[in-house]
Amino acid sequence: MAVLTRVATALAACFSLSGAAFAEPLGLPPVPIPSDNPQSAEKIALGNRLFHDLRFSSDGTVACATCHADEKAFTDGPLRTSEGIGKKTGTRNAPTVINSAYFTSFFWDGRSASLEDQSQHPFLNPVEMGLPTHEPILNIVRSDDFYVDLFKRAFGKTGDAITMDEVKKAIASYERTIVSGDSPFDRWRFGKEENAISAEAKRGFDVFVGQGRCVSCHVIEETQALFTDNRFHNIGVGINRAQFDVPRLAAEFLTAKAKGADVDKTVLSDPKTSELGRFAVTDQFDVIGAFKTPTLRNVAVTPPYMHDGSLKTLKDVVKHYNNGGRSDGDPAQVNDYLSGGIRPLSLTEQQMDDLVAFMGTLTTPAYFGAKTK
Amino acid sequence: MSELITRRSVLAGASAGAAITTLPISMVTLAFGGTREDFTFTYISDAHIQQIRGAAFVRNWDQGLKRAVAEANLVKPESDFVMFGGDLAQLGKREELDHGAEMLSKLKGKLYCVMGEHDYYLDLGDYWSKLYGPHYYSFDHKGVHFVVLNSILTSEHWTFHRWPTAEQRMLEMAGLDNPNGSPFMVGDKQRKWLANDLAKVDKATPLVVFSHSPLQKIYKGWNFWTDDAEDVQALLAPYDNVTVLYGHVHQIQYNQIGSISFNSVMSTAWPWPYPQTYSQAESHLPVLTIPMNRADPFFERDATGWQLIDIGSGRVAARYQLWDNEPRTVAYDRKAGRPVDVAYQEPTQRRLPQTHY
Repeated sequence: MAVLTRVATALAACFSLSGAAFAEPLGLPPVPIPSDNPQSAEKIALGNRLFHDLRFSSDGTVACATCHADEKAFTDGPLRTSEGIGKKTGTRNAPTVINSAYFTSFFWDGRSASLEDQSQHPFLNPVEMGLPTHEPILNIVRSDDFYVDLFKRAFGKTGDAITMDEVKKAIASYERTIVSGDSPFDRWRFGKEENAISAEAKRGFDVFVGQGRCVSCHVIEETQALFTDNRFHNIGVGINRAQFDVPRLAAEFLTAKAKGADVDKTVLSDPKTSELGRFAVTDQFDVIGAFKTPTLRNVAVTPPYMHDGSLKTLKDVVKHYNNGGRSDGDPAQVNDYLSGGIRPLSLTEQQMDDLVAFMGTLTTPAYFGAKTK
Repeated sequence: MSELITRRSVLAGASAGAAITTLPISMVTLAFGGTREDFTFTYISDAHIQQIRGAAFVRNWDQGLKRAVAEANLVKPESDFVMFGGDLAQLGKREELDHGAEMLSKLKGKLYCVMGEHDYYLDLGDYWSKLYGPHYYSFDHKGVHFVVLNSILTSEHWTFHRWPTAEQRMLEMAGLDNPNGSPFMVGDKQRKWLANDLAKVDKATPLVVFSHSPLQKIYKGWNFWTDDAEDVQALLAPYDNVTVLYGHVHQIQYNQIGSISFNSVMSTAWPWPYPQTYSQAESHLPVLTIPMNRADPFFERDATGWQLIDIGSGRVAARYQLWDNEPRTVAYDRKAGRPVDVAYQEPTQRRLPQTHY
């Protein structure tokens, strides 16, 4: 936590000094800032406090930072799926907040279009923070002397003038400061430091952009790399095992949705329905079982993997892809809705190990010690 | 639109002008004036199931057909029947037809099939017939007369006297740009049958004709062509509402000739023309070809898909369920008197095709 608080503070200082954008770490593009929520040091500092405040959950035990823990590279490993209030378990693995500033949609199924929108939902989710409404949050931030001062400085507002709009904006502003590049890979690829990564990792890079076909979704560009295409793919995780139930699940889900069921609550309460993935948001057949491509930055320190945390190691992940979208324990057949592009890769053990070595070079030095096993 | 569509949602979407079904209002509100019932059917086409050896088949084509079948089975309420538009096999082999038939057997509801040239030219449709029955036939459903034609026939000389083996004949016909190929025809015998079949059908009855090739002359260089198209059209022309639905072209096309609307359907196997990234050769698009947003070759299913077809007022609205791409609807526009792509109408409103890299 100390490390990240320092980062946020340093960035805050940067803003207050220059009032302008700061230089992004090597390998990252400028952080997109929405025009209706410009960054300010005060807002970032406020967002930081809100993000870590346990009081915004029904039993006072869960903050945003519970599942997105600073010291675990903003995840909650080694948990497979996150724990909310009263140790209740959700159906999805907490994705890292790092570099989420660059994502074009949020949650594994992309049901939120902005960090601002995303930030309000976990408070009300019955297995996450469990509040009945946002009122308890507003009661605290309008009356707590510390927050009264911070909101006044960040938004010039006090009392009832403070709404969830300001809360959401502050949290999102803070999250936009959690960016990390400057990994050994970045120094090698974009900084032209020939010896920044090992020979093994360099071979792994060739597999990544070649036979492994990883780069098609985990995008690398000429001057920067976010390692995501911000799209949704059915890669066979979770849905392979639920495939025979899809007709029933899809019909039941749509019936419930038509009757007004909340997607946010529905998908996180029933593990099998959760496997419908992006379909639960768009109702489109071609995204049944599809989930968002996560960034690979810091992936070596954020196990376990996949939307359901079902794969323990990066080698397990590589094997899954090498098998054409199938892992041990899955049915013999991949699911019928599998995304085009997922196919057996015929990688050798050596190639798979090289690929894992390559992914190890994507860790930003600040998170070197963050391994969550 | 790849979703579970209810009839009510179609009506609601249309009356609200909502994008959810993209079906023009006039399509629905005029529906049959209470004399006939709107209904839907599913259309899957051009699977090109190809045997490599023994039990090994081309994985990519298998996946396309499996996916279409699985998705078609999710449509609620269930569509009235399923059409398979031809080219189930790639080289007409029993193994390919059997393998494809096994996948199609998972479909819920009644299946009708059209003969494709890839199903035919090895044994002249013998084995296909054992699986699916006659090469051409008709049936009535909810006030619509449906006709299925075998439009991929050609001259006796080419078929019977030109090739040393049946395998050679199949291979020649399977090559799309092949100068040794021959234009498709419906042929005299079948046109006579069609004339007889139609003799008992009232001119006001909506006709829907299924063929594999287009029953129009689009582009001979690619065999997007039916040589006796005018003769077939002449038999259909007296009818008020005629729709010809065809496979074969692996791309979205639509056209109007007199009272006859033409709608193509997509392939589950591969798109045509190949995206520039598939082929080093320059592509010359016929005028009717609408460029598609595509195609990152990584996503093997891009620009392929299947169709859910609505019939309202005797006219067809083809709803293309495109994988890894935007759904599209081509529906008959009563005012314009022709099918229109609801998203691709005026040139100024068109979305540009994806830039290749």
